[in-house]
Amino acid sequence: MPTRPQKVYYFGTCLIDLCYPQAGMAGIELIQREGIEVIFPQQQSCCGQPAYNAGFPEETRKVARQQLKAFPHDYPIVVPSGSCGGMLKHHYPRLFANEPEAAEAQRFASRVIELTEFLVTVLDIKLEDRGQPIKVTWHSSCSALREMGVIEYSKSLIRQLQNVELIELQRERECCGFGGTFSVKQPDISSAMVSDKVSDIAQTGAARVLSGDCGCLMNIGGALEYRNIAIPAQHLAEFIWERTHG
Amino acid sequence: MASSVVVDFPKNFANALSNPQLRRNLRAAMDTLGMRRRAIFSDKDAFEALRAQGDAIRQRSLRQLPQLLEQLEKKCTENGIQVHWAETTTEASQICLSIIQSHHATRVIKGKSMVSEEMHLNHVLEEHGIEALETDLGEYIIQLDHETPSHIIVPAIHKNRDQIARLFHDKIPNTPYTEVVEELNAIARKVLREKFCAGEVGVSGVNFAVAETGTLCLVENEGNGRMCTTAPPVHIAVMGLEKVVERLTDVPPLLRLLTGSATGQLITTYFNMITSPRKSGEKDGPKEVHLVLLDNGRSKILADPELRQTLKCIRCGACLNHCPVYTRLGGHAYGYVYPGPIGSILTPQIEGLENAGAMASASTLCGACEEVCPVKIPITHILRRLRNESYSKTDSPNAVKGHGYKSNLAESLTWKGWALTNSAPWANVLNAKLLGLLGSQLTKLSKVELVKNWTQVRTMPKFASKSLHALAKEKGISDE
Ligand code: SF4
Repeated sequence: MPTRPQKVYYFGTCLIDLCYPQAGMAGIELIQREGIEVIFPQQQSCCGQPAYNAGFPEETRKVARQQLKAFPHDYPIVVPSGSCGGMLKHHYPRLFANEPEAAEAQRFASRVIELTEFLVTVLDIKLEDRGQPIKVTWHSSCSALREMGVIEYSKSLIRQLQNVELIELQRERECCGFGGTFSVKQPDISSAMVSDKVSDIAQTGAARVLSGDCGCLMNIGGALEYRNIAIPAQHLAEFIWERTHG
Repeated sequence: MASSVVVDFPKNFANALSNPQLRRNLRAAMDTLGMRRRAIFSDKDAFEALRAQGDAIRQRSLRQLPQLLEQLEKKCTENGIQVHWAETTTEASQICLSIIQSHHATRVIKGKSMVSEEMHLNHVLEEHGIEALETDLGEYIIQLDHETPSHIIVPAIHKNRDQIARLFHDKIPNTPYTEVVEELNAIARKVLREKFCAGEVGVSGVNFAVAETGTLCLVENEGNGRMCTTAPPVHIAVMGLEKVVERLTDVPPLLRLLTGSATGQLITTYFNMITSPRKSGEKDGPKEVHLVLLDNGRSKILADPELRQTLKCIRCGACLNHCPVYTRLGGHAYGYVYPGPIGSILTPQIEGLENAGAMASASTLCGACEEVCPVKIPITHILRRLRNESYSKTDSPNAVKGHGYKSNLAESLTWKGWALTNSAPWANVLNAKLLGLLGSQLTKLSKVELVKNWTQVRTMPKFASKSLHALAKEKGISDE
């Protein structure tokens, strides 16, 4: 187990900032409850992934430099998203490989850790479930699954909750079709993908679908709502916080 | 398609997606192929070790490609195989044509070869009154239906058994309708047998060519490849020039990776190693063997260290089988010979971004392809690179053909706007941020279109009344 830091940085991600601030706060509170000080630099904005994936590295670097500056001290940077986490951890070093900030980006990247991995491997968090019995299902974001490799940590947290039954999807490893700008650049393919994902979720009989990434949640949640399927899509941190605090 | 053909990607995609039969066929087939692959590579560590080896072999081959090709040519020539070089697909087809014509042949039998598809060889031969019969079962099926392969390993994967049954009944004279697999196989076998006997020239692809021995390796399951390369008096092998490996010992690991990734087999039913034409005193084998080496843009790709990785490909098809986009579209919607993830990185480099650049945008970058690729091609990195080069004109000699074809589009400008908003010290410009999220600063996408595209099957995202920045401040979270 890595040593427990006294302080951590929190990178909230722009999507959480805009649409899911409660999920972001839940992550902060989960860490604070373990006795760790959380610092939220107000200068942070977006990890840069939308432009990076669209093919605009120069614009991405402009935004990424701002993040390098916003987290100057040697604290771990906790990210409640596999996707933004993957960008910061795996793509920043690439993005700056031929830039003066190369070494800085490397150091920055080495401090990045996804929220559920942090809770499990660094804090060894123990959860006490106070909620009513519920069936949930889980959606793995592609970057949490492949880039960050944190899905087992996320699911182990769900399994700690005594009254929660986790029913897995038939195609848990398949992308939900979000892909950032892909969802609007290739609307037909994206729609087909998310529609299949929603059918998979519905067949589990779960009352809620959880994920560690708000991009997927926005996509899947919007598609569930569109089809009038009453299964809320929720960030795992928020779900855990709701069931364990108070 | 030749590069003159304009592919209407949006229309192709929409058509494929609205064909429920196609969607069902593909899903079922991809599930089966994926399952077989998982079963054969169930030991993760062993697989990782093997693919590290495969990656290293392919990298080493590409690093010394010019020397290896020279060595291959020398060895082949020593062994009696005639080697021909073709810079373009037209040249390659012409070489094949003149060999065939020099033997006054009119009937050619073909084993499965994607390079021959790349050359549009059948079409060229047909124009000169030469019948080219596909002998691989899948290829035979699509040839009957005047289609092109929809998959690089399983060319008729878009069809199910009923469709094949109907096709045989309709197209092969005196064939009663049957859906029994064994009977369908028997029907095809009977037709093909007769053609094998009548074939005057055999054409095949090459999976690996070994430089140190001058050996052409051919992997197959039906025995038709062996027939095409041994029964007719003349054998022409066509090969992309990246397929060469240095040593004979490089072959077994690559073969394991290829068959395991492609069909979940430990080894295929047939593995042919061709090192020379029939020698005096031997009773069978072709009297002439030709090897046609096709460049078609490959040496240009080789020059760039990142793009070069595209050429590591051993054409196993695993990236197609695991691609959520390919699984929903099938191969025909891509409009070019190589579909799916490998097609989306290879085709724009060969055909030019202005023609095929759109293929690079048909991906969520989910990484399922990279996860299974047996030679570790960084497919998502190359996709990003192609997206980038679509917008940026550069002086680099390695720039992808057609680079900067979108450089004047509004998208470039608006990403600059996005960069400004997000790099300025935090300003809560909600609207601009949303644009960043969904990328509404897109080419031709107005705000209205953006919303329309998103709400095709989804409700609009809801904005929180307070941002996390505001909430954190309110709750007294330190800003240090
Ligand atoms: S890119 Fe990789 S997975 Fe795809 S066909 Fe080539 S070798 Fe196979």
